[in-house]
Formats: sequence, structure tokens, C-alpha cells
Amino acid sequence: MNNQNTATNINTSTFDVEKIRADFPILQEQVNGKPLVYLDNAATAQKPRQVIETLDTYYREYNSNIHRGVHTLSQKATDAYETAREKVKSFLNANSSKEIIFVRGATEAINLVAQSFGRDTISAGDEIIITELEHHSNIVPWQLLCEQTGATLRYIPINDAGELILEEYEKLLNEKTSIVAVGHISNALGTINPIKLIIDKAHAVGAKVLIDGAQAVPHTKVNVQELDCDFYVFSGHKLFGPTGIGVLYGKETILDAMPPYQGGGDMIQTVSMTKSTFNALPHKFEAGTPHIAGVIGLGAAIDYVNELDLDVTAQYENELLDYANEQAAQIADLKFVGTAKNKTSILSFTLGKIHPHDIGTILDGEGVAIRAGHHCAMPVMERFEIPATARASFAFYNTREEVDALIQAIDKCKKVFG
Amino acid sequence: MFDIKDLYQEVIVDHNRSPRNFGKLEDADKTLEGYNPLCGDKLTLYIKTDGEKINDISFDGSGCAISVASASLMTDAMKGKSLQEAESLFNDFHNLITTDKEADIDQLGKLAALAGVKAYPARVKCASLCWHTLHSVIEGSDTPVKTE
Repeated sequence: MNNQNTATNINTSTFDVEKIRADFPILQEQVNGKPLVYLDNAATAQKPRQVIETLDTYYREYNSNIHRGVHTLSQKATDAYETAREKVKSFLNANSSKEIIFVRGATEAINLVAQSFGRDTISAGDEIIITELEHHSNIVPWQLLCEQTGATLRYIPINDAGELILEEYEKLLNEKTSIVAVGHISNALGTINPIKLIIDKAHAVGAKVLIDGAQAVPHTKVNVQELDCDFYVFSGHKLFGPTGIGVLYGKETILDAMPPYQGGGDMIQTVSMTKSTFNALPHKFEAGTPHIAGVIGLGAAIDYVNELDLDVTAQYENELLDYANEQAAQIADLKFVGTAKNKTSILSFTLGKIHPHDIGTILDGEGVAIRAGHHCAMPVMERFEIPATARASFAFYNTREEVDALIQAIDKCKKVFG
Repeated sequence: MFDIKDLYQEVIVDHNRSPRNFGKLEDADKTLEGYNPLCGDKLTLYIKTDGEKINDISFDGSGCAISVASASLMTDAMKGKSLQEAESLFNDFHNLITTDKEADIDQLGKLAALAGVKAYPARVKCASLCWHTLHSVIEGSDTPVKTE
């Protein structure tokens, strides 16, 4: 297994994983009488006390609606909400906080772009390019858009290692290509896609590009201006923040030209019986009372990962994945699914004829939480001609001892099935 | 505390490794598919019946050990049973894996090996997929069965 680390070489010997673990109360839990070994981080990450306490403080001390009250608490809540928007802006290095739209998650962000930007600009005969690696959230919204508009959906294929075949991508691109939507990192296999190159090639034919960063933001720094992507989306809960909150970044000129996605309070300037005028960005896309606590909690999560430095944690995670790969490679019958040269934090595998759901149940009995199934990426499973995989996914609070516990639990699967 | 061996008993491991009645029944009168969309377990049930009795039954498909063993044990138990007996067994089995009611172990025979599933709510549908499919066949349905 090769893990190319794009970050500069950082000394992780001073990386204090125990100190980090102490920030995550749930890591002290026991499951089935065993210490919890949480290796399902690609599904959702655990929350540090800094995030939990931020939510607690908001509800205890200044819970209030935003952007409308004249009272003190409302002002305090509004300030905290808009400060979090500034944090997201800096986190993605966006040009303006008007480009940061709060949504429920990456899924809602993609649906917003498909239904607002897509329906406004796509017509019959246009083409939308996605990849065989995508999560269902970056497939189904485009299928719906194609049904509504008569556009055609095309897929960049992957090779046996789970990497995009870029020559095929180039063949798919043409003047009819209007949107290219690609995951930054694959949730099923961990493949890191060459998104800068994908974006540049799409722009060369005049297409707009959406990057699904749900799996990427916990593992790598993102600079949307440098990438020059038109949209970038992610979910807060995979970034150690609350569930139910996510971010749509869009270039200001594009967002400005897009029609509203949902109508309601906060997104209007004036409403009369016959017609309404819409609020300016970013509020135009934030109808109704938003998930205020979620936004403020996401701000705290961003503070937390900034403090740790994603370059440092990524290096630690890569070393951990290398170790896990070495250990797993010793297990007879274990087959890696997804062996991209450039990958991160995900060990997806099959084990002889043992079904991944049985692996998941047996590992759970040992306190080891992994995901078993198709990972909401059925086209990937189809590509590898398997119904499912078992997937261990790592975060910076995982340890070598936890990898050892995983390996021992996998051995137990083999014993149970003789 | 549940021991994993309570779930994966010897008989289940054995029926998963070498499923009985596995393969298409060429002269089946009734064929129905069952599908568990959440985890991808898939099976097709083939039944030869005179309208009163199950004369022969088989299955094929793919799934976890629990779903394969359950289908293997169920088809073994169903051969020669009347449709009424089959329905009665369906109810007994359903009680066995979802309730604390005293199960009729004599009636269930080897099927009782699946009792451990009750402690794993996420796996109940693995064991019950084949049964719901059989139940639909007996009720005369030809709509593929989905468990969620």
C-alpha cells in the first residue's frame, strides 16, 4: 500500500493522541463490555467537548432567534451565527462570507445546486458528468435533474485500484458538458481525486464544477480560490461538528444569478400579496429559522481542527493507515477494495466468503465499530462485483492499539466461521 | 452480555457454508423474489405446490450468513408441509426472533437455532427475509418482497 502524502513532511512524534482523545468523551465508553474502538468516522465523526460545550452554552445562555430580534440575546445569537460564517469562509479560503450558505448537509447542498442552478441553466441535450465513485448523494440529485430537463448523465469510470480514469474523462468532455460534479475523496474507497485537474479541464469547455467535500474536509486543507471550483459542499457532522448542518460554497457571481431554492422567512426583502423580492446573499438561500446551534457548533469544530492543524493530523492519519494496511495484509483471505496510490483514512475490505454484515456484527461484539454494506455507493460495489464491503475509517483520535483491536476482531471472524 | 456464538451457532455456520435446497427449481409453480434494500440481501424462492401442500421448495441468491442459513433451514423445514402448517410455522418463527413469548421448540426444531437473532435487532430482517417471501407466496402475491 502506498500513501502519498502531499503535505510537507511533518514530525508527528510530538503528536499527542492521548491528549486529543481526552477531548472526546465518547471514546471512554464501553460497548458490549469492551472499550469502544470507533472506526466508523467516514459515516460520522465523534464530537470534542469543545463542540458539545458550545452547543450547551448556546442553549443554556443565549438561545434566541437571529436576524430579527432587537433584544440582547437575539443580537448575541446573530453575532455567533455570523461569526461562524466567517470561520467557514476562512476555513475554505472563500473570497467573501456571502459565498457561504448554511444548509442541512452536503446532500442538501447538492440538491440546492441541482434544483436552483441546474434547472435554471440546463436544457435538453446538455450533459452532466459525475463518476463511478460517487456517493448516492452526488448521483441521485443529478439523475432527478436529468429527468426534469432531458439532460444526459455521464460517468467517469474507475480502474481496478479505484482511481478515476482521466483519459476517459477527457473523452467525455465537450461543448455540451454543463456541470461536472465529483467527490473530493471517495467515501467507499478513500481515493483522493485529482480535483484541480478535473476542475481546469471542465472550465476549458465552459462547464461549471461542484466538488463534494464531505469526506475531504476532516482530512485535508481546502482552498476554494486556488482550486477555482464553482461550488464546494460539505457536512458538519463528519468534521467533528453537529449533525443537521452543512455548507454550500458557491462563487458569488454564480450564486447571485441563481433563483432561490426555498421560499420563506429571512430570504426575502419585501413580500406583498402579489410578489416578493429576495434578500441578498447569503440570506437568499437560507429560508426559515436555520439550525442556529448547529452553525455555532460547526464554528467550534472548525476552531478545534484549526488548532490541531489538518496538515499535522493528516500525516498522523496516513501513518495509521499505513500501519493498518501492513497488519491487514498479513490476514489470509483479506482482500483490499480500493488501492489507489493517493488515498486516505479508509480501509475497505472483504474477507473470504464471510459476508460484511457478519463481520460487522462480530466486530461489534468486540467493541469495534465499523461500517458494513454498500456505503451508499452501489455503483462502486457493482464495479468490483461485490454486494458489500467492511469498511474501517480512521480519524486523528484513533491509535495503533485500536488498529490491533481491529485486526484481532477480524481474526475472531475467521474463528467463528472456521 | 451475549456471546457471539449464541448468534453464530454451529448449525448456522454449517447451513451458511453448505446451504440445503440451494438452486433453481426447474418445475416450480411459484417463484418470488425477496430483497433487503438496506443491506443488499437478495433471494429467490421456488415452490412446487398442489395448492394445499408444499411438495418441493428451493432458493438461490446472496446474503449474509444469517439470511442464507435461515433460508436453508426454512426450506428444509417446509418440504411436505401443508400451506396451513407453513403459515403456523411462520408465526412461531416470527415470535421466536422478535418477541419474548415462549416459543414452541418442538414445532420449530432446528429453526430454533436462529433464536439468538433476537438480541441483534439490526439482524432480525436478515433472518426473516425468506419467511416474509414465503408468506407472500402463500398469500398469492407476486410482488417482490422488501424488508426494511
